[in-house]
Amino acid sequence: MSDLAVETTGLTKRFGRVQAVTDVDLRVAEGDRYGFLGPNGSGKTTTVRMLLGLVLPTSGRVRVLGGRVPGDAARVLPQVGAMVEGPAAIGHLSGRANLRLLDAAVPTPGGRRTRRARVEAALEAVGLAQVGRRPVRAYSLGMRQRLGIASALVRRPRLLVLDEPTNGLDPQGIALVTDLLLQLSAQGTTLLVSSHLLSEVEHLCTRVGVMDRGHLVVQDDVDALRAPTGRLVVTLSGAETGTAERVLGRRLLEPPCGRSLVVADEGDVVGDLVRGGLAVREAVVERRTLTDVVLARTTAVGEGAGVAR
Amino acid sequence: MKLAALTWVELRKLALRPRTWVSVALLCALPVVVAAFLATSELAPRPGQGPAFLSAVLGNGQLYPAAALGIVVPIFLPVAVCVVAGDAVAGEAQAGTLRYLLVRPVGRTRLLVAKLFAVLAFTFGAVIAVALVSLVAGTQLLGTRPDALGTTTASLSGTALSTQELLVRTLLVMAYVSVSMIGVAALALLLSTLVDSPLVAALGGLALLVASTVLVGLDAASAVHDLLPTRYWLAWVDLFRDPVLWTDVQRGVLVQLAWAGVLLAAAWASFTTRDVTS
Repeated sequence: MSDLAVETTGLTKRFGRVQAVTDVDLRVAEGDRYGFLGPNGSGKTTTVRMLLGLVLPTSGRVRVLGGRVPGDAARVLPQVGAMVEGPAAIGHLSGRANLRLLDAAVPTPGGRRTRRARVEAALEAVGLAQVGRRPVRAYSLGMRQRLGIASALVRRPRLLVLDEPTNGLDPQGIALVTDLLLQLSAQGTTLLVSSHLLSEVEHLCTRVGVMDRGHLVVQDDVDALRAPTGRLVVTLSGAETGTAERVLGRRLLEPPCGRSLVVADEGDVVGDLVRGGLAVREAVVERRTLTDVVLARTTAVGEGAGVAR
Repeated sequence: MKLAALTWVELRKLALRPRTWVSVALLCALPVVVAAFLATSELAPRPGQGPAFLSAVLGNGQLYPAAALGIVVPIFLPVAVCVVAGDAVAGEAQAGTLRYLLVRPVGRTRLLVAKLFAVLAFTFGAVIAVALVSLVAGTQLLGTRPDALGTTTASLSGTALSTQELLVRTLLVMAYVSVSMIGVAALALLLSTLVDSPLVAALGGLALLVASTVLVGLDAASAVHDLLPTRYWLAWVDLFRDPVLWTDVQRGVLVQLAWAGVLLAAAWASFTTRDVTS
């Protein structure tokens, strides 16, 4: 059990009459790169807020890094870095001053001596070391986002909880943040990242959980979710689709479209085609994308009774 | 030790915010303007009229710090205190920084206490600033009474007060005026934990001030007068009687502490059990 970084049991939250989160059993192992997905209003943010002790569960339990939240929050949360619903900082102070004040708000043994260095390292990591004394008010959206990530990194956390970390970033920023997260993961940091950008999650994460209307509807390894669909997409060099239909018979699943064929992956498809005298340019095993998985398992906005947070 | 660190952070945030200094400057400006008018016209309000005490001040600028506090007590000071107290938690919520403080985690009780200390520090700091500025303005613009050699002045009861005694009593007035603000400050702080708008919280504190002032002036409400937070606000004048008339001052302190106790307990109960969704 101790190897779970995040574990919730029957986690449920009602806001008045609105059921925001229902019976969620989240399991994030230490070292995971966990992608937390779901449409707006599906209960992602409320769940994240309960993990951090901001929202108190109606029922159910939360364990983070081996401690109860909110009970043991004072012990476990210093080891958690978080960005929830966008960055926030004091506008008339510089990013550096913001990070120092935030770090000073909860003293840790020896933390004061290393504060300056840790703040510089965090700013360096997100590419903000050069902005100097400019107040946060004058930052661009992307710079604020980087500052939010830096603020989560100052404590060198064991668990990073990031809500939409690449929101508002330019392509260079996205690449920088993705590389940074992979690097932190390689050093042993557990990542819990919520995002709308499924391709990004697919690239970054090893495991995903999908929320829909307050329920955790999918929780699995990315590799398992992206299992082959049992179909091959074959591209021929020529347009002899008639021959192909004869060779494949019932294995041809859809009427040929140009030179490409959708074929059931049974037997030696390519071999049969070649023996039938056809030149095969390419044969690709069809896999579900994360987008397919998420769309199949979730309700579009407006269909369900979602709440904003 | 953790509370001290957080209080220090809160005080720094207050000090690094331009608005803090602007409001203190405005607080100090009013008594200076009043002193300037008094000095140029030499016309003090008649005894029993106008801001208490002002009539006695004309001859001796050393009395002016207490008179200046009397000028800012009814409206200016409580407005400034309510703005700071109302902003304490709701301002962080509105800016989104509250969640980042709480996940550090600062602990909700500790944050509330640190915010309270910051509000009290602001109140007392503002009172000190007003007293110092008006001491300078008073002695420069109004002068010290020459026929008493500048060493003695009259108490409201007619007996003489030495400069040292005057200093002690002025310090007592400063303390009493600061304590008088606790009631409205506590309500603004309570509202600050309940709503995400600092404006609403500050106005709530001021609403208590206005309601209390109206009721104090209403004879039909005399049954509750002694419980109202503004009832004894002007009792600081009694500190300039000889001997000091302590009754109302003591009641005033007790009323403030009672309001503060109830409202801060409510603030603690709501803030420590509340969902932070800002």
